[in-house]
Amino acid sequence: QHTLEGNRDHTAVIHICLSIYLDRYFQTLYSSLTVVVLVHLSSDVDVIDCSVPQYNNRLDTPLPDVPFVRNLSSEQKKLKEKEKGSWTQLTKEEKLALYRLTHELSYAEMRQGSKEWMTVLGGVFIFLGFTGLLVWWQRVYVYGDVPHTLSQESVAQQTQRMIDMRVNPVHGFSNKWDYEKKQWK
Amino acid sequence: MFSHVLLKVSSDRLWSFSSTASVAARSYSHGKQETDEEFDARWVTYFNKPDIDAWELRKGMNTLIGYDLVPEPKILEAALRACRRLNDLASAIRILEAVKDKSGPHKEIYPYVLQELRPTLSELGIPTPEELGIDKA
Repeated sequence: QHTLEGNRDHTAVIHICLSIYLDRYFQTLYSSLTVVVLVHLSSDVDVIDCSVPQYNNRLDTPLPDVPFVRNLSSEQKKLKEKEKGSWTQLTKEEKLALYRLTHELSYAEMRQGSKEWMTVLGGVFIFLGFTGLLVWWQRVYVYGDVPHTLSQESVAQQTQRMIDMRVNPVHGFSNKWDYEKKQWK
Repeated sequence: MFSHVLLKVSSDRLWSFSSTASVAARSYSHGKQETDEEFDARWVTYFNKPDIDAWELRKGMNTLIGYDLVPEPKILEAALRACRRLNDLASAIRILEAVKDKSGPHKEIYPYVLQELRPTLSELGIPTPEELGIDKA
């Protein structure tokens, strides 16, 4: 009885230990997973605040709602101050810099296309080609033999019968057979 | 009873008013058509507002570009001067780009506009997109 109880205690203790261990294990696993997921979310994705006006490159909207660069460095701030004076004092590079602060893409850059269509077309052809290979394999290894009526001999017999039957004698098949000379016209 | 009489009198007035007003209007729209000069004058006045703010400049410009026309040089001059009052060189250059884009296939419009705006551009020191090299991608 002593030993039985002892065993029961042991198993109870082991049971408890195991459950605590497993619980801790899963807790840490879950928390570490969530940490990993949270870190992943915050580092990879730039969350755009859609509740405020955003910058956009549009041909039909020459002046976007907000400038492209919001957080100006001290040099850029100095340039902005200089902008308040006469623009004839600005160098060409400064003028260009001011333009690029407010706008990401110029009209010409917005209008230019890309070569993506070549990639897309190429990809389409590659996959069509691969499908062709699969179809070829299927024709060779999956399809059975073709009916014997398609053999040369059988076709000749069929054609002779069609001539004898005078199939389409006016404008069609038999019209093209010369019955005197027994050959095609 | 008194109010009933008043109503009758006022409805008679309305009748006669509508019959005389229709003579002045064109028959294809129910209002008076704005002439080109009125349109231009309205927009020049809009941009010439001395204390125009940045939002009004943006709104005006974006709306103007939305119309099926290339704005007259005098409207553009008013807009460029508004940019100057707002210390916004980038918008001034953008306006010129937008005009060129708006001309579409009519390549002769943009050089004409630049020619008309040349005094203003020199006075304010606004470079053309070509001078900055942003006309080519």
